[in-house]
Amino acid sequence: MPSITYTSFDGETRTVEGQLGDSVMQTAVRNGVPGIVGECGGTLSCATCHVLVDPADLDRLPPMGELEDEMLDGAAEDRQANSRLGCQITLTEQLGDLRVATPEFQE
Amino acid sequence: MTGTRGTLVVGAAQAGVQLACSLRELGYQAPITLVGAEAHAPYQRPPLSKGVLMGTTNPGALELRGAGVFAERRITVLTGERITEIHSDSAGAGTAVSASGLRLAFDRLALTTGARARTLPVPGSDLDGVLRLRDLDDARRLGAAVDGARRVVIVGGGFIGLEVAASLRGADRAVDVVLADDRLLARAVGRPTSDFFLRAHERRGVRVHLATVPARLLGDGHGRVRAVELSNGRTLPADLVVVGIGAAPRTELAEQLGLEVADGIVVDEHGRASDGVTVAAGDCVNCPCPVAGPARRRRFESVSTAIEQAKVAAATIAGVPAPYRAVPWFWSDQFDLKLQVAGLSDDADETVVRGDPDGERFSVLYYGDGRLVAADCVNRPADFVAVRAALAAGRTAPPRLVADPERKLKDLLRDADVEWVAA
Repeated sequence: MPSITYTSFDGETRTVEGQLGDSVMQTAVRNGVPGIVGECGGTLSCATCHVLVDPADLDRLPPMGELEDEMLDGAAEDRQANSRLGCQITLTEQLGDLRVATPEFQE
Repeated sequence: MTGTRGTLVVGAAQAGVQLACSLRELGYQAPITLVGAEAHAPYQRPPLSKGVLMGTTNPGALELRGAGVFAERRITVLTGERITEIHSDSAGAGTAVSASGLRLAFDRLALTTGARARTLPVPGSDLDGVLRLRDLDDARRLGAAVDGARRVVIVGGGFIGLEVAASLRGADRAVDVVLADDRLLARAVGRPTSDFFLRAHERRGVRVHLATVPARLLGDGHGRVRAVELSNGRTLPADLVVVGIGAAPRTELAEQLGLEVADGIVVDEHGRASDGVTVAAGDCVNCPCPVAGPARRRRFESVSTAIEQAKVAAATIAGVPAPYRAVPWFWSDQFDLKLQVAGLSDDADETVVRGDPDGERFSVLYYGDGRLVAADCVNRPADFVAVRAALAAGRTAPPRLVADPERKLKDLLRDADVEWVAA
């Protein structure tokens, strides 16, 4: 099972075992990882699961869709080159372990 | 004020879970018990009309929080216990009793009892094959019934009715939608957006019957529905009827407690009921409108309002009150159409359509007294996030500028006192 390491804006780190098929957002919400809200349940409607993906992991991710790209423009904290929405990153065997950082504000 | 029996949260869905979790985040130390009538662990409802209905969402993915989160936060979750009796004293402390006889003592009470689906008040609505969609068990029953159905009549043209229509039409069923209003989504969006959804559904083969109600449902002689007879005299054949005509707030417990109820449990801007100490949040409450405009009260039925009201109620119990001011927002996914609504358009006096409705990518911006008050966005998420942020911050832009769909709303929406000379 892939593990995801979440680092909060103030440097606190938490690693949780994810389930294949779940998203980075779902894994955080189900495990009570702070810094990710996921208000819309993963339907690309709220932009409250903004994550900054570790540059070493970024290239392995599937490309960003148009809706995700637009929603990221409206995230509470300005997007960066490694910004993604956690609901759009699905855990797979191939993708393996991931490291992401969460911004201070999601809403 | 914080005794040893802690807070009892009655109702374990979106609002109840948020309220319990927010209490801990605010430093509340006393026991928290979250009690729900359904047998399932707390889950999300929005996927019920889409992925769950069509069997594409794994039920495990519906959990609002994992069991470990509740344990870690010392929140006791009791499922399958319907509270039927509550007594409280003038300080708000008391005891709740469930249908199975379980007694739960509390120092503070939070009601997040939600709403129940309204039933169709016509002959034949008790026939087999007439279903509703409110909870997970409903979704499973409906999903199973869809397998053997070819022709489906949906009563109601709100979010539930149209999402179910889209799901079933997408699965190649013949779908008729019957509604009493003269437009779709009448309570949620403005007329231009309603008109668009009518065309969009019709383009995809859904037949919509506006301003029409079922007169009666006809059975096949063996207790199963076979057709819907309409008020206009037409008869629509149906192997399955889905009733989605809104929800009524669950206020029985509030009434037992003598709390004021008027289309929901009446609460103030801090989520306090009329006794000044019991709090309530979510679909069951009638609250002061959280955004500027004429003073008025409303009952909301959405995830975002349930979450925000729950945070407000938790803050009240935790002794760090913060009034309810969050901009309401809503979303609905139908076919490949993503509708996102920010703000409330009820009092708008001016409307600007941005983009091309026929291209299925547009927004409708609503103005009241020259200020932006709301937007309905279809497949334009950037518009939605820009408007949501602008409404929260009190920013606006002149109607003449926002009509150009090539100009980013994020750049146009500015503080109200800025002049738009450069534009």
